Amino acid sequence: MGFLATTGKYVLFLKRVFSRFEKRTVYLPKIIEEINILGISSIGFVAFVSVFVGAVVTLQVAYNMENPLLPTYLIGLASRDSIILEFSPTMISLILAGKIGSHIASSIGTMRVTEQIDALEVMGINSASYLVFPKICAAVFINPFLIILSIALGIVGGWLAGNLTGICPTEEFLIGLQYEFAPFTMFYAIIKTIIFAFIITTVCAFFGYHTKGGALEVGQASTKGVVYTSILIIIFNYLITNLLLS
Amino acid sequence: MIRVENINKSFGDKHVLNNLSAHFSAGKINLIIGKSGSGKTMAIKCMLGLHPIDSGSIIFNDRDFINISDRQRKEIRKEIGMVFQGSALFDSMNIQENVMFPLKMTKSMSVSDMKKRVDFCLNRVDLKNVHTLFPSELSGGMQKRVAIARAIVLNPKYLFCDEPNSGLDPVTSKVIDDLLKEITYEYGITTVINTHDMNSVIEIGDSIVFIQDGKKEWEGDKKSITTANNKYLNEFIAPSKSLRRFSG
Ligand SMILES: Nc1ncnc2c1ncn2[C@@H]1O[C@H](COP(=O)(O)OP(=O)(O)O)[C@@H](O)[C@H]1O
Ligand SMILES: [Mg+2]
Repeated sequence: MGFLATTGKYVLFLKRVFSRFEKRTVYLPKIIEEINILGISSIGFVAFVSVFVGAVVTLQVAYNMENPLLPTYLIGLASRDSIILEFSPTMISLILAGKIGSHIASSIGTMRVTEQIDALEVMGINSASYLVFPKICAAVFINPFLIILSIALGIVGGWLAGNLTGICPTEEFLIGLQYEFAPFTMFYAIIKTIIFAFIITTVCAFFGYHTKGGALEVGQASTKGVVYTSILIIIFNYLITNLLLS
Repeated sequence: MIRVENINKSFGDKHVLNNLSAHFSAGKINLIIGKSGSGKTMAIKCMLGLHPIDSGSIIFNDRDFINISDRQRKEIRKEIGMVFQGSALFDSMNIQENVMFPLKMTKSMSVSDMKKRVDFCLNRVDLKNVHTLFPSELSGGMQKRVAIARAIVLNPKYLFCDEPNSGLDPVTSKVIDDLLKEITYEYGITTVINTHDMNSVIEIGDSIVFIQDGKKEWEGDKKSITTANNKYLNEFIAPSKSLRRFSG
C-alpha cells in the first residue's frame, strides 16, 4: 500500500481511537493494567541499560577530552547533557519501541486474527478505542517517569565509571553536573518522550489492528510496527530538536 | 426475524456475495450451508456489519441495519450474540470475566447480579467449576460452550454461529447442536448457523439456505433437502453417508 494511503488509514484509525468512548469506569482499570504491562515491567530493563550506557558515555567523553587545558568537571557536564538530551529520551524510546511496541502490535494482531476484535465489535464496542486508548494513556503517562529514571541512573552510571577509573573524581563530576544546568533541557527530554510514546503505541497498534491472516502475519505486523515506529522516532527527533533547541 | 435482500460484497474484482437474499425466522434454527470458501462466514459478518456491504439491505425485525448511525447500530448489536468459529474468547480474561464482559460493558448491574447471571449461563451450557480457568486451559468443546454462554448472557434476540462444530469430535458436535437447538426454542431466538456438517443439517436444520460462490442456489428444510433438484447441492450432499442412511 502506498505511503499516502497508509497515512490516511492511520489518521482514520486515530479518529476511531479517539471517538465513541465506552463507559468511563471501563477505562481506568485498563489504564492501570497497561501501566503495569507497558511501564512497570520495563523498569528493570531500562535501569540496566541506562547505568551501563551512562558509564560508557562518560568514558567516551573523557577519552575525547584528554587535553589537560580542559577542566575535568567538563566530563560531568558533557555526560549530563548527552544523557538528558539524547541518550535517555531517544535511545530508551527506541529500545521501548522494540519492547513494548512489538508487544502491542502482536497482542492486538493476535486478537484480530482470532476474531476477538470482531467479537468486541459485535458487542457494540468501539474496539479501536477500547483496546488502544488505554495503551496510549498508559505510555504517555509512564514513559516520562521511565525516562527520568533513566536519566538519573545514566548519570549514576557515569559517576561510577568516572570514579572507579579515576578519570573524574566525585567532586569534579558534581561540579560538572550542576554547571550551567538549563532546566529547559529536561522539559525538552520529556516533550520528546511523550511524543515518542504516542508514536510507539499508535503506530504499533495500527499495524496490529490491521493484521490479516494468521500467526505469520502477526509476526510481520509486529516487525513492521517496530520498524516504522523507529523511523518515525528518528524523524521526529530531528524535527523536535530543530523546533525546540535551535 | 432477519431479512437480507440482494446483498453484494466484493473484494477488488472478486465477487464474494452475489445478490444474496434470505429470510431467517425467529424461534428457528436457520442454516447457511455450502462448501468451504462459498461465502458463509462473509454472509454472517456482513449481516453483523463487520464488513460493509456494497449494496443491498439487511433488516432486523423491520429495523434497517445499513443506513443508520453508529449509535443505532450499537443498540441493535446489543440484541445480537455471536459464536465465532474459533470461539474468540478473550485470552487475557478468565472464563467468568469472559462471560461477564458483555454485561460489564453494557449494563449497570451490581457485581453480585452479574455473577449470578454468569453462573446461570455457564450452568445452561453445562459448565461447572471453570470460572477461574483461562481459555487456553479448556478443550475446544468447552471453549465453544463458553462462547455460547457469552453469546447468550445478554438474552439476545438474534444468535449467530460460525461453524459451531468445526474441530469438534462427533459426540461433542452433537452436544453443541442440541444445546443450540434447546436455547433457540426455549428463548425464541432467531438463530443463524453456518455449517458444512451434514449431520448438523439433519439434526437441527429448520430452514436451510444453500450457497455456492456467494450465490443462493437452493432453500428449504431438512426434509426437502434429500429430494432437492440442484446440481451443486446434490454434489455437496453426495459424500455424506449419514444423509444416505437418513434418506434411504
Ligand atoms: N478479507 C477478505 N479479503 C478478500 N477476500 C476474502 C476476505 N475474506 C474472505 N474472502 C474470500 O471470500 C470467499 C468466502 O470466504 P468465507 O466467507 O470465509 O467462506 P466460508 O466461510 O464459506 O468458508 C473466499 O473465497 C475468501 O477467499
Ligand atoms: Mg467460514
